[in-house]
Amino acid sequence: MASSKEMKEVLFGPIFANNPIALQILGICSALAVTSKMENTLVMCIALTFVVAFSNLFISIIRNHIPSSVRIIVQMTIIASLVIVVDQVLRAYAYSVAKEISVFVALIITNCIVMGRAEAYAMKSPPFMSFLDGLGNGLGYSFVLLVVGFIRELFGSGSLFGTQILPVVSEGGWYQPVGLLVLPPSAFFIIGGIIWVLRTFRPEQVEPKE
Amino acid sequence: MEAYISLFIKSVFVENLALTFFLGMCTFLAVSKKVSTAFGLGVAVIVVLGISVPVNNIIYHGILAPGALEWAGFPDADLSFLRFLTFIGVIAALVQILEMTLDKYVPALYNALGIFLPLITVNCAIFGGVAFMVERNYTFAESVVYGIGSGVGWALAIVALAAVREKLKYADVPDGLRGLGATFMAVGLIGLGFMSFSGVSL
Repeated sequence: MASSKEMKEVLFGPIFANNPIALQILGICSALAVTSKMENTLVMCIALTFVVAFSNLFISIIRNHIPSSVRIIVQMTIIASLVIVVDQVLRAYAYSVAKEISVFVALIITNCIVMGRAEAYAMKSPPFMSFLDGLGNGLGYSFVLLVVGFIRELFGSGSLFGTQILPVVSEGGWYQPVGLLVLPPSAFFIIGGIIWVLRTFRPEQVEPKE
Repeated sequence: MEAYISLFIKSVFVENLALTFFLGMCTFLAVSKKVSTAFGLGVAVIVVLGISVPVNNIIYHGILAPGALEWAGFPDADLSFLRFLTFIGVIAALVQILEMTLDKYVPALYNALGIFLPLITVNCAIFGGVAFMVERNYTFAESVVYGIGSGVGWALAIVALAAVREKLKYADVPDGLRGLGATFMAVGLIGLGFMSFSGVSL
């Protein structure tokens, strides 16, 4: 059994030190379009964390029985089944959110975080540690997404989770919303900024000059 | 005919998979260091999207859609909940078949595409294109146009980004921003440029 220090590292490492989005360039695909509202962002984060954690767990449990020639198909099947479960649950309990982000929930299947962690970690680690690794990477992804979602919704439309925080000018308030932040490309600028901040505090992540 | 042309233009520019929906971003950022490789990947994506969107269209409307199994005596069957699993399987199988066919009959193209073909299975742009096709209820002819159009749009975007990054090498970027950070900013700017198409109504 792994020591508690190692477990902590596997769980919390991916949040700052080895963030999947900011350093490993994984899982950017389906991430950016859902961040214009905190509500959608949160649902997406929970869905992805759930899928990564459990796909890592299941793949790790059967890792010694998967022939390496068909492993990608086996991994895909497990991931796709988990995504179907998430999608059906969302449709049943959060229909309005599910309608808006259903394409992106489907895209969790091809999200490189899930495949990448299954391939890089779960295929050679025991189940419990793989579960923690999946949870950690899900949290690292959620961290970046929630920061982006927070900035975009608060300054882009003056609200959080749909509740008005900064009264906007069009409704008689004083806050002039930043229209740029509602547009999808703004997510790139914010993530670029997050990468800049992370690397300023951790200079070892800076890429060498070409 | 006009409807198809406007659908094509719309899928290339207005609803660009890479720059308005952010699909296929991982490969988009990882394989855009040089224009030549970016171009190879772009062509591969056009081919795979152009085939897999129509094929999945047939499978969805022939087997999975609610009531589609009427010919087999199951008018009430609704297998649409299986669609993600089916689509990803079909895409994986198609890429595999395409790889073998190209290897046998068009070795020159096969060598040019090289490692990009297998990578495409996990490219979200393909899966996203298929998912949008179902979401928007395209007919078969529309799905052919949409598949090719969105592939061309994606290829255009990655070649544009690669061209920018080749020049970006000579810029003196702040330390923390060098590499990935600057690339993100560049993609954002290209995305803003593509947004100007969104006012175009066809």
